Formats: sequence, C-alpha cells, structure tokens
Amino acid sequence: MSIIRPYGDTTGDGMVQMSFTLPVPHDKRAEGAAIQLANKMGMDPALVVHAKPMGPDFTFFVVYGPVNHLVDTSKVEVIERDYPLLSPKDANLAIRKGLRRRLTVVGACIGTDAHTVGIDAIMNIKGFAGEKGLEYYRELKVVNLGAQVAVPELVRRARAEKADAILVSQVVTQREAHVLNTKEMSAAFREAYSEDTRPVLVAGGPRFTEAMAGELGVDRVFGRGTTPGEVASYLVDALVTRRKHTPSRRTA
Amino acid sequence: MTRAVKKLDLDPVTVRKARSLARKAGRPIVNIAKQHTTVSVERAVLRLAGLAGADTEGIPWVNRLADTVRADVGLEHGLALPVWDALVRGEAEDLSVLAQKAATGSVTFRLPEGRDAVRARAAARKAAAAGLRKVDGRRRERDRMIKKHGDPDQRPWIYLIVATGDIYEDIPQAQAAARAGADIIAVIRSTGQSLLDYVPEGATREGFAGTYATQENFRLMRAALDESSRELGRYIRLTNYASGLCMPEIATLAGLQRLDMMLNDSMYGILFRDINPIRTFVDQRFSRQIHARAGIIINTGEDNYLTTADAVEAAHTVTVSQLLNEYFAKEAGLEDWQLGLGHAFEITPEIPDSFRLELAHAMLARQLFPDAPLKWMPPTRHMTGDVFRGYLLDGFFNLAGAMTGQGILLVGMMTEAVVTPWISDRDLALQNVRYVLGAAGNLHEDFHPAPDGFIANRARQVLAESIDLLDRIVDDGLLNAIGDGTFGLMKRPQDAGRGLDGVARRSPVYYNPAIELLEEAQ
Repeated sequence: MSIIRPYGDTTGDGMVQMSFTLPVPHDKRAEGAAIQLANKMGMDPALVVHAKPMGPDFTFFVVYGPVNHLVDTSKVEVIERDYPLLSPKDANLAIRKGLRRRLTVVGACIGTDAHTVGIDAIMNIKGFAGEKGLEYYRELKVVNLGAQVAVPELVRRARAEKADAILVSQVVTQREAHVLNTKEMSAAFREAYSEDTRPVLVAGGPRFTEAMAGELGVDRVFGRGTTPGEVASYLVDALVTRRKHTPSRRTA
Repeated sequence: MTRAVKKLDLDPVTVRKARSLARKAGRPIVNIAKQHTTVSVERAVLRLAGLAGADTEGIPWVNRLADTVRADVGLEHGLALPVWDALVRGEAEDLSVLAQKAATGSVTFRLPEGRDAVRARAAARKAAAAGLRKVDGRRRERDRMIKKHGDPDQRPWIYLIVATGDIYEDIPQAQAAARAGADIIAVIRSTGQSLLDYVPEGATREGFAGTYATQENFRLMRAALDESSRELGRYIRLTNYASGLCMPEIATLAGLQRLDMMLNDSMYGILFRDINPIRTFVDQRFSRQIHARAGIIINTGEDNYLTTADAVEAAHTVTVSQLLNEYFAKEAGLEDWQLGLGHAFEITPEIPDSFRLELAHAMLARQLFPDAPLKWMPPTRHMTGDVFRGYLLDGFFNLAGAMTGQGILLVGMMTEAVVTPWISDRDLALQNVRYVLGAAGNLHEDFHPAPDGFIANRARQVLAESIDLLDRIVDDGLLNAIGDGTFGLMKRPQDAGRGLDGVARRSPVYYNPAIELLEEAQ
C-alpha cells in the first residue's frame, strides 16, 4: 500500500503530536491561537493537551490531533545505497587484492568546528554503534588531523600522505557554516589536483543530507547515524571496485 | 555546600599517594612555566596596567605595543622593562599614547640597564599594582553583593548556557534564565575565538555558536546580572572562558569586570585546540594566579575527555586530570572553594548498571575533593535526537548530581546535538532540574552505598587505575604522556601546535611586575 497516514492506535487515525511556543502571554486567546496554527497545519480537530506560560511573554503548547494529509510512499525520493556493505575482513581483502597497497584516508574537522565526535566515531578504532572505526581496518592507513584544520593545511597533508580519500566532518552549523566550509574544501581540492588524480571527497555530519553531494562539490555525503562500516564499504567501492580498470591513475 | 560525608571507604594512604604522584607529575611543568613567558602573558600585564582599546583595524593596542617591543628587544626579557623604560624616558605620557607612537614607528624600545632598569621596574610595578587594586576592589564588591543578595538556597547551583552570538540578545535571555531559576549564567564563546591571538574589542553582535569574549561584553552582561541579582534577591554569577591563545588576557579582563567563574582547564587547549603544550601551561599558570587573586572559581574541562574516549574505560583519566588540575591550581594560589573540577555523565546508557557506574564515578570525585565545588556536566554523547529519551537521561543525570552532592550542575538540554536550545528547551530542562532537586535533593543524606558493594568497588578500581596511570606519567613525563595520546586519545607533541611562536624562554633579567606582586601576596 503506498498511501498511508500517521498511526496513533488505529490504522488510518492520522494521529500526530507536536509542541511549539507562541510569543504571547498564556490565556484563552493564546490557546485559540495554538489551535488555529494546528488547523492550518492540517490537524483538525486539534486538542491542546498542555499549555504553560514561560515567563510573561511566551506560552508553550503540546497539541494532539489527526492530520488530514495523506502520504504517498511511492513518491518518496531517497538515495539508495549503491555499493555493497562489506565486513572489515572483506574490505581488507578487496583492498589488498585490488589495490596491492594500503588505502590512505585523511580526516579532519575543517574550519572553526571543534566538534570531533563525528570524525572520531568514524575513524577512531573505538568506532560507533558497535562497529569498529576505520583505524581497525588493517588495509586502511588512517590520518585523523582532528579539530579546526584549515583547508590549505588539509590539502597540504593530503598531498604529503598521498591520500586516496578525504573525510571531513562538520557538526557546528550555525548560519550554514557547514555548507560554506565544505564548498571551500571541495573547491580547494579541485584546484590543487587534476580531476583524475584528485582524492575521493567525503563530507559527513548531522546537518547534511545525502542529496547535497552535488551542491557541496563532494563525491559522497553521509548524514546522521552513518557507521564506519558504511564509509569503509563506500571507499572500497569507489576506490577499488570501480577504478579497477584504471590502476595507473596514481602518479601524484 | 553539601559537605561530603565519607561514604566510600577509600584508603587514605592510597589517596595521599594519588596526590603525591600528581605533584610529582606536575612539578616539572610548573618549572617549565616559570622558565618561560608568552606574548599573551605579557599583553595581560599591559591590560592590567590599564591599556585598552584598539586601532581602526580592530587590532588591540596591547597587541600593537607588544609586537613593536618584541621586534625591538625580543620577548625573553618581558615587556615591562622596555615599555616602562620608554615611559620613564618621557617618550609618551601614558601607555595608550606610547602604543599609538609604537604603531607608527616613532619610538624605539631598548632594554634598560643599571639605574634605568631600576626606575623602569619601579614604574612598572606601580602600574601593575594599580591594576591589581582594581581587581581587589571588584572582589570586595562581589563579597558585598553576595552578603546583600545571598547565595542560592540549594546545592548544586544551577548553571545555564546562553549563546546567541549577539550580546544584546544574550542579555534578555540570561535575565530570563535567571528568573526561571538559573544561578550561574555562562556566555559561551564564538567558535574559533580560542585560536585568535588577540581579544576582540567592544560590544559584539556577530558570533558563530557563541558570543565573543570582550571586556565590554563582560561589563554589559555583569551589569545586567547585577540588575537581576537585585530583582531576584540572589547573586547571579557570570561565567566565561579563560582558554585558548589569549587565556591570560581574558583572565585579567574577567578580574577587572567581576566575572565569577571562568572555564580554565590545564590541558583542554592542548588536547582539543591543538595549542602548543608549553604555551598552554605558561598561560595557564598566570591565568590561575589572576583567578586566585580575583576570587574567581575555575571550572576544569574533564568532561571533554569523555566525549572522545569511552566513559567507563577512560574514567580514570578524568580522576588523573582532576588531580593534576588541583595541583596546578593550588600551586598558582587557588583555594579549594575555587576548584570547580569537572566531570560528566557520559556512560553509554545501554550498558548494564550504567547509572550505578555513574554514581561510583561521581562519588569518587566528591570524596577525593570534599571541599571543591565539583562541576557536574550533562550527557552529550548519547543524546541521539530522540528528545524524549534525552529528557529521561537528563533526569537521571540530575538525580546522580543530587545523590552525590555536586556543587555546580550544568543543565542538560534534551535537544543537545539537535538545535541550539530553544526557549522551551530551557524551560523544560529547568523543570526537570527543579523536580529532581525538589523530590530528591536531600537524598544524599540517606544514600550510603554498601561498603563492599558494586559502587564502592568500582570507585576503588578507578582510583587504583588512576594511580597506575599517574605512575606511568611520572616515569614518562607529563609532556610525553600528552604527546602519546594519554588524554582524550589526542596526540600533542610539545614542539608542535598553535601559538608556539609566541613562547620565549625567560632571560636572566626577565621582569614581570604582575607575577612578582601575585607571588608576593601568595
């Protein structure tokens, strides 16, 4: 079935909960305003189950009710994973056979971002969500530059390490800083390398969506909840499997 | 403060051993700090002596003057001798005119000798003493206000962060937070300020994920919270960050503007900002001497280790860092009541007995540092975006804080890692704290873990692991341990990192009037 509605406790009931704040003092008019907003969002009837003043000028609401919108799952667009998921063992084997050397990955938090949780979860041996990080893969050489790395420094280190892939993480994202920083990074690599020698560019962070790769100028974007195994599998696919027939590309 | 009754049967000999190892590990670092100076320590002396403001490009006059003097005579003698020598020679009537002349190249600096040196030293000492008198006055002012308005009724004190980037937005948010129950307001800094080698000037309205620390922003926020203190009948404390490349200058500005708490960790800048280790330790010692004098409570950053390393496996690195922070702090003149040693609720919630482990770690810290106002930091790593689960986790964090008598409680937000806190997030978070403290705030009176139970054994285990690690650090040297990635899994060699070019080994004639006065009083 491709047409669905939200589920409360009965199929088709369309029940949704939401919470929000309106910049008005708490009174009957405020509650009416909350209902009006919910109605306009397609929730009808809307039930204000909780309203609480926060200081003299704001009111917080929790609202329940059915929404009259339908969702057509056949029209949802997602990027399906287009590479096979490999175990660390299989990934190591593929690199050893296909590349006959270790694959070098350079990672960093770029710009002013000091939040290394993302890059560390993927790269540190400790890993994330029960999966070991890239450092655990014997055939991966992992260079984690840490936090607040300037883009020119990243390019310099990428050259020095003969990087096959660059991983950048962006967590702090006020005013679209994550987008600007990543664009700056991809532009710098495109300028410093020719297209066929350029390392694979990967960006990750909770504010990115996979469809942003083109806009950011990177080869792949990983969003919230990505595990190290997914990143490793992608790198093997992009750098070993797909490029098997052009082994001479690395001359830089 | 909740006075910690001895609830964990820790062997006093083991505890003494831990402290003595921390002293052994720290002493060589203190010696290095005493043998070096940095551009920021020297600029802090100029700020203490009253040099403020910036040129038309926004470069502070302290930087302009320091750079010129350094180019003429080097950094290794300290700036005080050449600067006050120029003033005694009549090159300018005051520091500010001297800085302007220096910037245009119309004054040349020299290292005075003999009687000239004696005169320069006396003049520099007088100027620094005048600055310290201002700091002392601020401290008395705080004491008066606390006497008049009172401290919070409950422990832990409730610590809340505001961070809009715009000081004029921060002010109403901070006042609203105080009205809603916050006892301490921390204005988080703009991302990246720690890497600026100057302190921005004036009131600022542009920042990334935080507001710049400037003298004027400090003044504005302190004045607003003084207003709130009068309105609410309790003294609202203000916190900022003495960290990064300008740590000594920011500490000085905090003393001059009566900030009450400053984040000031001994190793955070090294590990998480890749600032050179020597630069950090030199800057840190001076900052802590100023904080000691100004009556400022420092907050250390052990919580950060647990955001990069596993909170169970790395529990002992927190204890080791607390012991080192304590040693460095006391050496610099800080007293127990000024040590907001940090720790955090970051154990993976899915592991069995995670809450009991948290209690064990929190009680260990409480008992090792019975007179310090420990700073208890909320979960961040395991806040997944599921705000409902996050709200429950924060409730358990608050409960652990209440059960173990923590001094300062940083309020956790259920939207951690999702958005910067909304007004409703803050309100819900404070409700959570109020409920837990109201319902269980005195639970620590009844809570006595079994002497041989899980909690007591775990605490002893962490303490034993801490001693093992301290032993290794003493053998290896703390700088090498940092270089090897012992803390937070970051490897930071002593000959690399930011700010290294701003470090100089002191010459035999080095003179710093501020350090002289601070150490005389100690």
